[in-house]
Amino acid sequence: MSGPPLAWYLILSAVLFALGVAGFLFRKSIITIFMSIELMLNAVNLSFVAFSYQLKQVNGHVFAFFVMVVAAAEAAVGLAIIVTVFKNRETLNVDEVDSMKY
Amino acid sequence: MMDALFFYLFATLVLGGAILTVTRRNAVHSAISLIVSLIGVAGLYLLQQAEFLFAVQIVLYVGGIMVLFLFVIMLVNLDQAAKQRRFNRQWWIALLCVTAVGVEIAYFVRKGASAFSMARPPVAAVANAGGNTEQIADVLFRQYLLPFEIASVLLLVAVVGSVVMAKKRI
Repeated sequence: MSGPPLAWYLILSAVLFALGVAGFLFRKSIITIFMSIELMLNAVNLSFVAFSYQLKQVNGHVFAFFVMVVAAAEAAVGLAIIVTVFKNRETLNVDEVDSMKY
Repeated sequence: MMDALFFYLFATLVLGGAILTVTRRNAVHSAISLIVSLIGVAGLYLLQQAEFLFAVQIVLYVGGIMVLFLFVIMLVNLDQAAKQRRFNRQWWIALLCVTAVGVEIAYFVRKGASAFSMARPPVAAVANAGGNTEQIADVLFRQYLLPFEIASVLLLVAVVGSVVMAKKRI
């Protein structure tokens, strides 16, 4: 097996996931929180593809593809929610958007 | 050797982009950094012979989702948000969680490659005839036909849902 070993990819994926978690928990703007979610999804995809390459199967690719589909749907709905929230409250700070009723 | 070089190049792109995404104050700068990170991930896919996912990553993420993000960032007015504090009040809980994840990673790195020991791959399950896209299509439409259909229904629901939310009156 040529190329970098599996562990490198997994460590990179774990660090990327941790960065996504950090952004998700630390930031205040809903948009940045959304971007952190995308980072985490990409980290998971990366480890799917790494395992798939290691095992010489394409099942992992199929799973990564499904994750991308769900990410696209999530981004469309989530960004529509962000626009609606901003129209109603004129803020995107998660500390202020803390009740579902307005 | 060449592979390792490319791995380091793309890993630098991925991690640098991710760090900038999390730390930049301006949302547009964050989005641009995220694009750099996603392109780095696409490069890693190519390094692992996942050509189909490489193309999908570029077209779907960089071309679709990130353009959507930039649209929304420009639709909402973030000028006053940029002046406020960047981080929220529960920062100590967040720090705890991130430290836990970091400790976990450090543990695996210290244990080294043996932490990731794997069973030998069964046999080359898929014959190597045809390209990567052909193999994926084969598996997708034979083994994963039902999830594929469910995913298409999910996309339909997302389309209808975002239209309903965006319109004032149906």
